[in-house]
Amino acid sequence: MIINHPILGPRDAQEFVYLGDASLIHRPDGMTASIETFHDYTYLRDNPAGLHRELWYHEQGDRSWLVVTRNTVTHEITSVELARDVARAEGRSK
Amino acid sequence: MRYSGFRILKEALTGHKGWTPQWRDPAPQASYDYIIVGGGGHGLATAYYLAKEFKQARIAVLEKGYLGGGNVGRNTTIIRSNYLLDGNEPFYEFSLKLWEGLEQDFNYNAMVSQRGIINLIHTDAARDAATRRGNAMIMNGADAELLTKEQVKVLYPFLNFDNNRFPIKGALMQRRGGTVRHDAVAWGYARGADSHGVDLIQNCEVTGMRIENGKILGVETSKGFIGAKKVGVAVAGSSSKVMAHAGMRLPMESHVLQAFVSEGLKPVIDGVMTFGAGHFYVSQSDKGGLVFGGDIDGYNSYAQRGNLPVIEDVIEGGMALMPMIGRARLLRAWGGIMDMSMDGSPIIDKTHIDGLYFNGGWCYGGFKATPASGWCFAHLLAKDEPHVTAKAYRFDRFLKGLMIDEKGQGAQPNLH
Repeated sequence: MIINHPILGPRDAQEFVYLGDASLIHRPDGMTASIETFHDYTYLRDNPAGLHRELWYHEQGDRSWLVVTRNTVTHEITSVELARDVARAEGRSK
Repeated sequence: MRYSGFRILKEALTGHKGWTPQWRDPAPQASYDYIIVGGGGHGLATAYYLAKEFKQARIAVLEKGYLGGGNVGRNTTIIRSNYLLDGNEPFYEFSLKLWEGLEQDFNYNAMVSQRGIINLIHTDAARDAATRRGNAMIMNGADAELLTKEQVKVLYPFLNFDNNRFPIKGALMQRRGGTVRHDAVAWGYARGADSHGVDLIQNCEVTGMRIENGKILGVETSKGFIGAKKVGVAVAGSSSKVMAHAGMRLPMESHVLQAFVSEGLKPVIDGVMTFGAGHFYVSQSDKGGLVFGGDIDGYNSYAQRGNLPVIEDVIEGGMALMPMIGRARLLRAWGGIMDMSMDGSPIIDKTHIDGLYFNGGWCYGGFKATPASGWCFAHLLAKDEPHVTAKAYRFDRFLKGLMIDEKGQGAQPNLH
């Protein structure tokens, strides 16, 4: 698989480390969230067959986190964003 | 239809006109007492034991494709019970004991071959860990034996014992481990279930579940609605897809695991060998092909095929362990979809929906578990309580901190 890095261009997926579902960006507030909320966040997954937004870390490159939209049935990658931009757009960064 | 030496002789002399299909191809009835979703190894074994051992009736197995077309036909055929943890070892030893009596039990040649499995040891620390695991196995009634480097040399003289990174210093041997003809397991269970009155319904995909007031009433399928008092789901890599029909999210990710077979060679590897440090394991089929594999590709996938980097990684492991493998040509490579649970161990449990039961999360270890998985799931379905060897395989173990982290990793190595 080739991941079209927004800054560096097309890179081999082997340069990356995979973390999983991009919804992991939405970590609950550790001071207020219940144990059940954290359990659901930590362990449960949608695990869809089809389009999947997921986190890839460019460990052997610029060490950026990416949000890659990939079809889990065909392995086709349809969009790549910087996770930073995604998180900021969702209001996570102060 | 049953087989015997006499029958083969008779058919040979009469033009093989008397052979009939091994199981019926029935249309679904309006309702059943039990519906098993998934006609693979685990689903068929569940139906078989449910009918035969737990004396239940009105059972159907629904399969979206053909029987045994999923992971039971895509694995590397290894059986073993060399686990460490209390939650696992009694279950897998129960499974191995069932394997030992399986062919007599269902009168089918599954080619169960207890040719021995060794896990290679490369350091003193690894020998300590193997000793501990071997002791845990023996305490649970399994067999285990620590081999010295010299003993491994007698078995497999061609290994690269002086590999600079991973010199071979010994091995943990389980002589009762081995291989089984995987397709025959599905066929044997299918024929056994059919002969006990189970309806095996193929090309019947579950497209929805009818649930009212917290109780399951049946399943919507590509062949219409089928009512059921109890529904058991055993669909391996598709667990999340099917359980989503009940609105459930599972502690699982589906990943692709690749396997490989070389061209046929003369007998060279008697048993099964695992080189965990090098992400490689190998055995030799009775046809002569070296059957081997390694790790999952490492990203969510339902594609049943992997990518080239993992092929390279596995072959590198093979070359490091036994350089002569470089002379063999790769015949085939394929992939299967694993439902990787978050701690690497399976789930056999009730759900919060009355009458809906789940069996899955087998990661890449489902084949060896087939008989015990079927037995324990049938036990749960029939008696509404877990079998004594499967008590730890619960949904709520993540919430309660009771993970069974045998390998210290599930889908990802960072969840413990």
